[in-house]
Amino acid sequence: MKKLLSLVLVLSVMLGATSLALAQGPSGELEIFSWWAGDEGPALEALIARYSEINPNVEVINATVTGGSGVNAKAVLKTRMLGGDPPDSFQVHAGQELIGTWVVADRMEDLTPLFEEQGWMEAFPQGLLDLISTDEGIWSVPVNIHRSNVLWFVPSKLEEWGVEVPASWADFLAICPTLKEAGVTPLALGENWTVNHLWESVALSILGADGWNGLWDGSVSFTSPEAVAVWDTFGQVLDCTNEDAASLSWQQATDMVVGGTAAFNVMGDWAAGYMVTTLGLVPGEGFGWAAAPGTDGVFMMLSDSFGLPVGAKNRDAALAWLTLLGSAEGQDIFNPLKGSIPANLGGDVTNGDLYNPYLQSAAADWASNTIVGSLVHGAVAPESFTSNFATVMEIFLTSRDATATANAAQAVALQSGIGA
Amino acid sequence: MTVARTQQPSRPPHRRRRLNRDRITAILMLLPSILLLAIFVYGFIGQTVYTSLTDWSGLSLNPEINFIGLKNYNDLFTGLLDVRFRQDLVNTFFFTIFFLAGCLGLGLLLAVLLDQNIKGEGIFRTIFLFPMALSFIVTGTMWRWLFNPGGGVNRLPGVIGLQPLELRWLTDRTQILQFNWQDLPGIILLVVAAVLAWMAYRRWQRGRRNAARVTGGIAVVLALFVLLGGGKAIPTTALPETHGFNLAFIGIIIAAVWQQSGYTMAMYLAGLRGVPEELREAARVDGCNELQVYRHIVLPLLQPITLSAMIILGHISLKIFDLVFAMAGADNATTDVPGILMYLTSFRANQFAKGAAIAVVMLIMVAFVIVPYLYTTLRSEHEL
Repeated sequence: MKKLLSLVLVLSVMLGATSLALAQGPSGELEIFSWWAGDEGPALEALIARYSEINPNVEVINATVTGGSGVNAKAVLKTRMLGGDPPDSFQVHAGQELIGTWVVADRMEDLTPLFEEQGWMEAFPQGLLDLISTDEGIWSVPVNIHRSNVLWFVPSKLEEWGVEVPASWADFLAICPTLKEAGVTPLALGENWTVNHLWESVALSILGADGWNGLWDGSVSFTSPEAVAVWDTFGQVLDCTNEDAASLSWQQATDMVVGGTAAFNVMGDWAAGYMVTTLGLVPGEGFGWAAAPGTDGVFMMLSDSFGLPVGAKNRDAALAWLTLLGSAEGQDIFNPLKGSIPANLGGDVTNGDLYNPYLQSAAADWASNTIVGSLVHGAVAPESFTSNFATVMEIFLTSRDATATANAAQAVALQSGIGA
Repeated sequence: MTVARTQQPSRPPHRRRRLNRDRITAILMLLPSILLLAIFVYGFIGQTVYTSLTDWSGLSLNPEINFIGLKNYNDLFTGLLDVRFRQDLVNTFFFTIFFLAGCLGLGLLLAVLLDQNIKGEGIFRTIFLFPMALSFIVTGTMWRWLFNPGGGVNRLPGVIGLQPLELRWLTDRTQILQFNWQDLPGIILLVVAAVLAWMAYRRWQRGRRNAARVTGGIAVVLALFVLLGGGKAIPTTALPETHGFNLAFIGIIIAAVWQQSGYTMAMYLAGLRGVPEELREAARVDGCNELQVYRHIVLPLLQPITLSAMIILGHISLKIFDLVFAMAGADNATTDVPGILMYLTSFRANQFAKGAAIAVVMLIMVAFVIVPYLYTTLRSEHEL
């Protein structure tokens, strides 16, 4: 039916070419593929609404495949791409998740001309451009920025327990017994992926920004003493977490902090959106935040982005979509609703009507900090590594053997071609 | 010439079998489905087997695919990183055993109870059979809620004023019945030896002394080989590796048994109705009590049904995916099964060749269950 419709559409376009030539902008259809449904749906819909205002001749098809962090959407996308039926533009985590899967497969178009034309080479921070580029080009347009290395707590509770916000994991391990004696879980943790999420903050703290980047360009081996030390510290940190972690969602782990049964939680800054919107807390009073211990001055980012697949059926419409996505205007429409900050430095981040105090502070850090990419959320490693990292973590959780785990991590890195 | 003439009467039927309208029609009617099966089932099985022998990974437009023989399989069974696959096999093994035992036991019990000519049998039969009508996804979602540590089943004792349970269910990390993967070849050989020894014993009883001596001899040689350390000589993983039964599977087993035991009940019930009342009467006249009637008359007659049920449930459990995916998610390592690992390996890690290898291992496992069954069924139909 759809095919028939598009055939009719194509025919009518051909017949009415003269009349359409008078209208401005691209026409036809635009199929946008994403896993943004539910809570994230409104932000996407707001962007689509604006797009339709600018490009009235384009019919937008919003194709979503639901499922946590896109595991189902990615599978559907892969079948479509392999079958030669790419959507016009699709959501993908910026960085290696796109590059390692689609760019190396020669299935994406270089967007450097678009970036140059729109002046985005200056509008986006260099650290971000590095993550989304290879020597051959720039591959996607980041629409939002989330931060991974954030420590959440309730300031008044910390006073009550007489502890301060730890500046390093050593500090944290020092106050861990105090909190345990007070009957409080020192660090709230949730289901499997949140464990990996905690690991990347610990690793960043011990390796530093350069060492962290070194893991992914191959200059630092996973079996080097520093990298093995990450697992040792991580094991000690895990001993300060709740035992029922695996059965909690990340929201439930955040709830433990808000409810006062846990002192801290390391989670991405979508937790701020959850606490402000769902729990109705005031940033700074109801909850406080700091960079994860030992990572002050470093912004571990993840970003959703959209790219242009080779063979997109409506290339012009897709380019117009990407233009809106990357613009300061588009980013200010999307991000306040999504609870993230604009990647474009031209975003109106000081506007308190759009961005709450947490987001404003994150935006200030975004402009000034060293930027590195997240592992769990697809920025620094290809999917084959990220996927198999779950096995590496399982080896650690079962054996608690730092050396064996480091060997496994190195083997996965070799297999995924990291540093090759 | 005379010889040829006497043979002639046999020729017409032969020719008729070759070129007969009916036969041509039959072939034409069957051809489409045979072609479709050949391409879409066996063709793609062949393609999967071929893929599993290559190094295809990544989604490249023009992928460079090399033939690497059995390396993927070797990795799966001995490689450091594929420890998850090996645990998945162990998980499948234990899951299959407990799932079969649960379904057969509960199904038989329900069937025997319903067979007592109780009132409202039809209603109970429908109630027990009903879960089977649900999809595994629905069952999984429902039981995930029930096994949530903060609610559901754990709260149940609270209804009668007791303390709520503190079971972890699906996220329990406890592992029992642990063994070292390196011991596995030895264990398998010992099991084979035990089976052979049993066969030898049966043959001896039936008076087939020579056959019994041969089988028994092989059993003794195998057992000696293992006991003298031969099992270790078969190469497995480089390092010792512990595997066992994850207690997290208990929740999944409960949900699966809940869904499928009604089905075994229906099969057993049909079987029970097929047991002639005269046989039972005769046994009673001979002085059997009710228990003995079941033990010596009814259960032996139900054996073919048990076999069918085991085959059907067995192949469900060997390839289970949806129930676990819905109940515990894709990344809950303690409840992982090969089906989920295949999906993640192929469609998340983009290692299509290795995913295909996992698929082939699963196919072989299922074939071990199905092929002997089909063989016996087809043969008995032929004999009829």
